[in-house]
Amino acid sequence: MASLRSPLRTLQSLLRELRYVSAQAGRPYRDMAAYQHLREAFRAHRITSEKLCRAQHELHFQAATYLCLLRSVREHLALHQEYHAKGERSTEEAAGLVGLKLPQQPGGKGWDP
Amino acid sequence: MWRSCRRLFYARPPQTPWLCLTPPVGGPSLSLPGTARTYTPPTERKRFYQNVSISQGEGGFEINLDNRKLKTPQAKLFTVPSEALAIAVATEWDSQQDTIKSYTMHLTTLCNTVLDNPSQRNKDQLIRAAVKFLETDTVCYRVEEPAGLVELQKNEWDPMIEWAEKRYNVEIGSSTSIMGPNIPARTKDTFTSHLASYNMWALQGIEYVITQLKSLILSMGLIDRHIPVEKAVQLSRLEEEYQIQRWGNVEWAHDYDLYELRARTAAGTLFAHLCSESSTVKHKLLQD
Repeated sequence: MASLRSPLRTLQSLLRELRYVSAQAGRPYRDMAAYQHLREAFRAHRITSEKLCRAQHELHFQAATYLCLLRSVREHLALHQEYHAKGERSTEEAAGLVGLKLPQQPGGKGWDP
Repeated sequence: MWRSCRRLFYARPPQTPWLCLTPPVGGPSLSLPGTARTYTPPTERKRFYQNVSISQGEGGFEINLDNRKLKTPQAKLFTVPSEALAIAVATEWDSQQDTIKSYTMHLTTLCNTVLDNPSQRNKDQLIRAAVKFLETDTVCYRVEEPAGLVELQKNEWDPMIEWAEKRYNVEIGSSTSIMGPNIPARTKDTFTSHLASYNMWALQGIEYVITQLKSLILSMGLIDRHIPVEKAVQLSRLEEEYQIQRWGNVEWAHDYDLYELRARTAAGTLFAHLCSESSTVKHKLLQD
């Protein structure tokens, strides 16, 4: 990906990421300050008299970077939760994996574990 | 292999995730003597606020968590110079669900580093640390075999070096020896004076990106908006990508590292851009 995609795609993806964020917060995403800011920024830079607007490219690059940030954080967190978040299994759970149960020894084991 | 070796040489203390309040009381579960110990991850702080909002103070923009002002780990008031940055930080805090995972809040971490400056580096030391990376820049270190990797490095990294040489009017070159390329002093001076033109906030962001990507040239490509973040990360991890294509992808290691690197690089780049820009909107009247 040596070049950015169209600004519309970036905006759509950004809004989708913001919807994920607001789903966790429990509030509608249109209330979020980030949504308002993005909408104003994209609207303000849409109409320009110059054919090759450097400011437009700068804004688009910033939006694409923010999109990359939101998306990577979400994916990274998902991977972390799946693979690296749980601790060790207890001995009972480990035995239960193969259908065994730990022995009950009412008198104690007789030695320190 | 090279990149992981370099990680050993240039071990910087990793950016510890900062938290504004005391660190979570937790740790591996304490056990009574005589019972088996199993590892459980440390308990995280619960999300204690409902609303996150921004307000403007004298020093800049501040973040409010439910009427309480956010503070840095050293208890200074958290102020940022740019409104867009404040909004992004507020979004980070807002996206925490149930528990506060400070390792996902990269922009907050960067702001805390700038405000507290725990390693107490001034601008010159920061620039010197950044330019020092040029001597061991990833894109300048080439292997001699396997042939596929040599070809890949030539096709992907040579254009970046050419772009940097043309853009900054310097000589860099690449090398296959373990000592690395010989960077002339004029090149280092050019980069030093270029980096000196950024303010302290932006410079911290730039230096962070350089540390993450292990390459000054790729970071300059990002700062100058020449390549997007995904491409820069891919170029930085070129050898790993080659080995993944050869031997297969391991999701819990490769993808995990990839997304973490992308998140940190994107955060650093965004931080540098937001802190160094000043935008004005000129309204032109339509003449019929």
